[in-house]
Amino acid sequence: MFKEWFTEGIPIGDWAKSFTEWTKDTFSFLFEPIKEHLGNFMEWFSEDVLMQIPAFVFILVIAILAFILSKKKLGLMVFSIVGLWLIYNQGYWEELMSTVTLVLIASILSIIIGVPLGILMAKSKTAEAILKPVLDFMQTMPAFVYLIPAVAFFGIGLVPGVFASLIFATPPTVRFTNLGIRQVSKELVEASEAFGSTGAQKLFKVELPMARATIMAGINQTVMLALSMVVIASMIGAPGLGKEVLTALQRSDVGTGFVAGIGIVILAIIIDRFTQSVNKKQNNA
Amino acid sequence: MKEEVKGMPIIEAKNLTKVFGKNPKQALALLEEGLSKEEILKKTGSTVGVNRASFTVEPGEIFVIMGLSGSGKSTLVRLINRLINPTEGSMMIDGQDLAKMDRKQLRQVRRDKLGMVFQRFALFPNRTVLQNTEYGLEIQKVPKEVRTKKALEALKLVGLEGYADQKPDQLSGGMQQRVGLARALANDPEVLLMDEAFSALDPLIRKDMQDELIDLQSTMKKTIIFITHDLDEALRIGDRIALMKDGTIVQIGTPEEILVNPANEYVERFVEDVDRSKVLTAQHIMKRPETINIEKHGPRVALERMREAGISSILVVDSKRNLKGYVTADDASEARKQEVRDINTILRTDIKEVTKETSMQDIFNVINGSPVPVAVVENEKLVGIIVRGAVIAALAGDSEVNIEHV
Repeated sequence: MFKEWFTEGIPIGDWAKSFTEWTKDTFSFLFEPIKEHLGNFMEWFSEDVLMQIPAFVFILVIAILAFILSKKKLGLMVFSIVGLWLIYNQGYWEELMSTVTLVLIASILSIIIGVPLGILMAKSKTAEAILKPVLDFMQTMPAFVYLIPAVAFFGIGLVPGVFASLIFATPPTVRFTNLGIRQVSKELVEASEAFGSTGAQKLFKVELPMARATIMAGINQTVMLALSMVVIASMIGAPGLGKEVLTALQRSDVGTGFVAGIGIVILAIIIDRFTQSVNKKQNNA
Repeated sequence: MKEEVKGMPIIEAKNLTKVFGKNPKQALALLEEGLSKEEILKKTGSTVGVNRASFTVEPGEIFVIMGLSGSGKSTLVRLINRLINPTEGSMMIDGQDLAKMDRKQLRQVRRDKLGMVFQRFALFPNRTVLQNTEYGLEIQKVPKEVRTKKALEALKLVGLEGYADQKPDQLSGGMQQRVGLARALANDPEVLLMDEAFSALDPLIRKDMQDELIDLQSTMKKTIIFITHDLDEALRIGDRIALMKDGTIVQIGTPEEILVNPANEYVERFVEDVDRSKVLTAQHIMKRPETINIEKHGPRVALERMREAGISSILVVDSKRNLKGYVTADDASEARKQEVRDINTILRTDIKEVTKETSMQDIFNVINGSPVPVAVVENEKLVGIIVRGAVIAALAGDSEVNIEHV
């Protein structure tokens, strides 16, 4: 067998394939309900919730939030109103809502998974030693590659899009949570221990509040990466602005591609400024 | 020496040892053989933090652990509340061995018996002053009203009751450290561990804080273990001082004992530095004098100033601040009744004078027989006064200094 490795090449590809199949068969009891429930939920959320909200109400709510979050400065509010209205004007409102759903769900899941992993990594050297190369792998492997097992596990549509985004977008939250907790000053940690804090009290009363700004920076990165997966996820049938870009690409339709692309840029800027100003606001509070 | 009946010590460390590194067993064996810290580092790669420290602390005592940086004093204080686990030895607090406790018991001891104050304050920047002070009680799940009440009391003790709702970074360094002290006091611990608590403060504020700590200690009778690298500070506040070098305690004794009978050359060198410098010359212990001007003021002003300053005699100078003498409160009062205006009639001139460079033992000899403070004079001009208490405090913090030996 080993001789063949030299003559025919090591069958890494075959291994990956059989590992994926094995995973699919073994965990189908897990994948099937996720596919069904998460799929239904996301469909319900984008079609029956977001799309039912009249566009002008949605824009108004975002504008008010922008006004509050940016501390009564007008820039972000005006940009939100004009940008969102432009997307509506171009007839991409429903696509926008699908994209928002995908980004929102993928980000929330990334945070739910990423923050505890980051805490684990900060607390345990072993966990850090194991997770670091895994995170490097997750971030450097071209995002397209995740689409293949995503389809194998979850079919096509929004759910595999979320899965691929999750793998691609979680690492910053994990890394920044780890970093943030490790950066908390040693004296503060000692102070909390010296007064007899339990491990949980130390974590929730001192370490997490101290690390909050750093963790929020990681979350901001995670959300932006999730958004960057929108176009890629559309290749496996995730609806939204990304799909429009992809279609335009296939038809060499510069106009449509440009308009849908602008939509993504507008969404990216709004999301970025929002998550950043949430962070700033909490820092000053 | 104080001849008190001594009860059980509140803290008793025996052979407390900490070795940092991968091979503590080997390092311990080498320590037993009497090898030095450097030799052990070379042979094993392990660093000896604290080397078989044994000492006891009595209730109500201010016990100072002093040494230069790297001497292991910060490690030693962290062994006392087990922020660092000892490699060997025992740490008894109220008769219980801290080194043998499980995490839950350890937490309980930290909550009930040990408060800690940190060099860089270690206040939680996201919490208000009050919330910081409440921290120790909050984690014990003390009800909100009770802990707020206790925290406010602690803040009042340190003179910060008006700052409860500020954030720590809005306060000056001295005030921040008061919050640190209040946070430790709010738990009402038996023992306060103070790790270079005043080292980050500027010298004037440091002196104030030292005085306040001594006041607090005398009213609250807390046991205080105070870490410092500053011999002046150690002499000023310590009932007893443990001097550390390279992880080993080289001498434990009262300030007088350490000044008078240094245990070895190292301590001697330390103390010599003091002799030459700050503590033992006049200019560092003198205070700004209360004075009246012989050319302008009469008995009435003299009395008023004495009343304001709470003193019973006041120095008299002329407009060029040349020292003329002093008047006492009794004389001034008498003079005022008889409506004498001229201060010259009650001026006393038997005042003792020293210069800024006069050494401490000379000052002590002068001040010993003097009912009034000693004047510090430079080129016949008054620059300060020295009160009896300052000499004694600077020497030892104890009134029974045997000056003949110094």
